[in-house]
Amino acid sequence: MPAGNTTERYGWVSAGLHWLIAIVVVGLFWLGWWMVDLSYYDDWYTLAPHIHRSVGILLIAAMILRLLWRWLSPPPPALASHSRFERAAAHMAHGLLYVLIFVAGITGYLISTADGSGIDVFDWFTVPSVTGEVKRMEDWAGSVHYWVTWAIIALAVVHALGAVKHHVVDRDETLRRMLGLRPR
Amino acid sequence: MLKRIAVASALSVAISAPLQADDGSGTYAFDTKGQHQSINFKISHLGYSWLYGRFNDFDGEFTYDAENPSESSVTVTIDPASVDSAHAERDKHLRSEDFLYVDEYPEARFESTRIELDDDNPKEADIIGNLTLRGVTREVTLDAEMLGHGEDPWGGYRMGFEAETELTLSNFGIPMDLGKASRTVELFISVEGIRQ
Repeated sequence: MPAGNTTERYGWVSAGLHWLIAIVVVGLFWLGWWMVDLSYYDDWYTLAPHIHRSVGILLIAAMILRLLWRWLSPPPPALASHSRFERAAAHMAHGLLYVLIFVAGITGYLISTADGSGIDVFDWFTVPSVTGEVKRMEDWAGSVHYWVTWAIIALAVVHALGAVKHHVVDRDETLRRMLGLRPR
Repeated sequence: MLKRIAVASALSVAISAPLQADDGSGTYAFDTKGQHQSINFKISHLGYSWLYGRFNDFDGEFTYDAENPSESSVTVTIDPASVDSAHAERDKHLRSEDFLYVDEYPEARFESTRIELDDDNPKEADIIGNLTLRGVTREVTLDAEMLGHGEDPWGGYRMGFEAETELTLSNFGIPMDLGKASRTVELFISVEGIRQ
């Protein structure tokens, strides 16, 4: 499997980023959903949000890397067998997923930095606040973060169902080429 | 004899006239614009330290009756969403259902029902009234002290109080359990009113 994308298939950088980000997005959603109901004396009460913030920042970094790579090594075009509707729908879903993941990451960052403090990414480095203290920003950023992350999961389900449909019903290469498998 | 009493009383009226002319009675509005007011709170963190915070937005008024101070009264409305503990994530949590649930209960309110003056110190009193917080109304007692009153340098007349009370979180339906050292919160209310 080559590193770069060809006109036929995905290289390992694009496919690797795709699956890594898929796992991280679902993992962060689950972690966020679980951690907000922890009791105050739970061992995870401060650790889980620390991991959530840290991984979230790294996710934004991975998404920036992904956009750069997409520009350097454009993904293969849709399969010839896909209908015009399928191409348009897939294109829209992919674009929206990119936008929503960035919005989720940025609003998550804005919650924690609304008091002007930075975010410690593990014990590795600190991302400073860019806004300084903005009163009540944590509230609107929190609402957007909540609904956008739900939207990402809903859209990811539609995206996955589409891939499964191509694989099982159409029996085409859509899912196989993202998995790095040879054409059948 | 009669003349001497008349002179003496005229003299005493003359001496005390500036005081009697204004005993401070009247209706006062909190000086929200000038921010000569604050509601601070403190709650124990794990039993190891005090966490201080404040409510930035509140308004109110009081009436003061110098002849009969126990007939005075006060009302305060507080925006619980203005809670500020200098930590965005914590403030967001304090506004949530776990604590103040401000989406559901956007206003907190105190209305005095009676005032019991301190027998020993005329400047102190218990202000008893109903506090509505997170949708629960309960009687609370504010331990209040009048700090002073008089003309300000800009043509107004001001009077200030400070009051303290202690609330049990669970009494107001706050479900979050912060541990046994943190079941109650102490409130410190400091206000200056401008006479209307």
